[in-house]
Amino acid sequence: MIFLIESTAQGKSSGSTPVPILHYRGNVSSKELTPIPEKCIFFGEARILIEIRDLTKVFNSTPDQIVALKDISLSVDKGEIFGIIGLSGAGKSTLIRCINHLEKPTSGAVIIDGQNMASLNQQELRLARQKIGMIFQQFNLLSSRNVFDNVMFPLEIAGIPRPQARKKVEELLDWVGLSDKARVYPEQLSGGQKQRVGIARALANEPKVLLSDEATSALDPQTTRSILRLLKDINRKLGLTIVLITHDMNVIKEACDRVAVIDNSTIVEVGDVLSIFSNPGTNISRSFINAIITKEVPEEILHRALSTNIEQVSSLIRVSFIGPSAGEPVISNMLQKYAIKANILYGNIDRVKDTPFGNLTLELMGALPLINAAMDFLRENGLEIEVLQDAYYHGEH
Amino acid sequence: MHIIMGSIDISLLVTSWLGDNNGMFQAVLQASWETIYMVAISTALSYLIGLPLAVVLVITGEGHILENQPLNRTLGSLVNATRSLPFIILLILAIPLTRWIVGTSIGTVASIVPLSLAAAPFVARLVEASLKEIDWGLIEAALSMGASSRQIIRKVLIPEALPSIVLGVSITAINLVGYSAMAGILGGGGLGTLAYYHGYMRYQTEVMWITVVVLIILVQGIQVLGNKISARVLNKRR
Repeated sequence: MIFLIESTAQGKSSGSTPVPILHYRGNVSSKELTPIPEKCIFFGEARILIEIRDLTKVFNSTPDQIVALKDISLSVDKGEIFGIIGLSGAGKSTLIRCINHLEKPTSGAVIIDGQNMASLNQQELRLARQKIGMIFQQFNLLSSRNVFDNVMFPLEIAGIPRPQARKKVEELLDWVGLSDKARVYPEQLSGGQKQRVGIARALANEPKVLLSDEATSALDPQTTRSILRLLKDINRKLGLTIVLITHDMNVIKEACDRVAVIDNSTIVEVGDVLSIFSNPGTNISRSFINAIITKEVPEEILHRALSTNIEQVSSLIRVSFIGPSAGEPVISNMLQKYAIKANILYGNIDRVKDTPFGNLTLELMGALPLINAAMDFLRENGLEIEVLQDAYYHGEH
Repeated sequence: MHIIMGSIDISLLVTSWLGDNNGMFQAVLQASWETIYMVAISTALSYLIGLPLAVVLVITGEGHILENQPLNRTLGSLVNATRSLPFIILLILAIPLTRWIVGTSIGTVASIVPLSLAAAPFVARLVEASLKEIDWGLIEAALSMGASSRQIIRKVLIPEALPSIVLGVSITAINLVGYSAMAGILGGGGLGTLAYYHGYMRYQTEVMWITVVVLIILVQGIQVLGNKISARVLNKRR
């Protein structure tokens, strides 16, 4: 295993200044689970791992055809956790199955690591699938095999010699924290443990990408968090690309770097999770976000705001903070700079993946030009502002 | 009827009767052995034919791993056609085939041919039902790992359906006990021949009843054994 230290200015995560990066050129072996540095850039290789081009899937069911996916184009970068969120029936399950060609697209292409999946024959497709791990909502473990042999299963399929395979299984079980359950049958495991076995199984053949089909949807919130932690850990330490589908914005919030929103068989929005959280471009995205982050001002607070201020113009705004700006006293600076008052009606702070994300509902009171200037000031300082209620005179109500 | 009701009556009858009829006892023993032999071999043969047939029926079905509608429909019709033949008719129809395979159409070995032939399509449907119980997710998981059809059959379909398949084996064997008695009437040997020639033709009612008792024990035994094995396979997984 060799790590070469190189210098480069390119790469999505390295910022504008050249930074030394670690380049992994090791041979794939049982040592594969050795951590790879977090911000690892695969110099000289394509940045994009999965490319989906104009993908359409039509199911020919009687009496009518059902269009499950329409003109989907997406690309997934190496080493990222890419989320696809949609309501049930939106087509996300079909989409993830098109990636490993469990469903054959009606038209369009899926290109993984430069390989067009449609161009492969049966044998080549099987080999390609060995390098695409998949985990499932219902875990799909074999009840006829114990934990150890379940993880052994993909290695048998790939024809790995038994001693080598056994060593790999032990390593994987250790990795997911189930070494003590090796001889236990799936029926005796909890949901979270089953999914850990599923993850170990999916990693056995050292895949290029891990597909997660609603992997946490059958789990309780705590277990969901621990499984997502494990996935993030795998992503960080192995540099493994993960594509996950979910209907739960919490999963996107906690684990994903980028997200695609799928609605009515098409992708309606793609972007950084943070920017979609702070500035959702579609109603469907907004509804997913609102389902998990309380943004609505409670009725009684709104009512109080209306009744207590009787002389001034006031405006109700919502301010979103992301990352670094969450730590700066922007509001306090604003109040010092402009002769207005601010009444905090509601606020909360959350995390999107590892970045703090907060929102605050403020009632700004004072002269109208000053309020407008203050809002511009907030925008200049990188805060997202949404006006909930325009300036109004309390006295007229 | 009153003989069946009280088990003491039967055992008394059997012991006293056996005392004076050592020859008859030997005949019952011989016939029981023949029945067990016929049933065991034809169960094995019917699975040899029926199990692959079931696998093909399942995997060529709609949306399955080797979908092939024409083949699926042809096999399905063939299985249905064979199953719709009453066994007694099949026995007669199979005589030329039996002669060709065994050399004779009479005796224990000869009965195995029509018995296996009759049970095979039944087994095919039975195993097909067991295989169809398997959650599609398991097959999908295996496909996602790059498993071949052969690997899916051997490592997913059969092992996952095994407890259910084992229960099917006892159902088949019990059916074959009944069929073997019918074959016995056409000179097939075993308990059927004994009951028919001695019990019915020669009015040896006690032979008839002993046959009935032996058959009940046999059927009960097969069922208990099947349940035990299936439960053991299942329990191992719990």
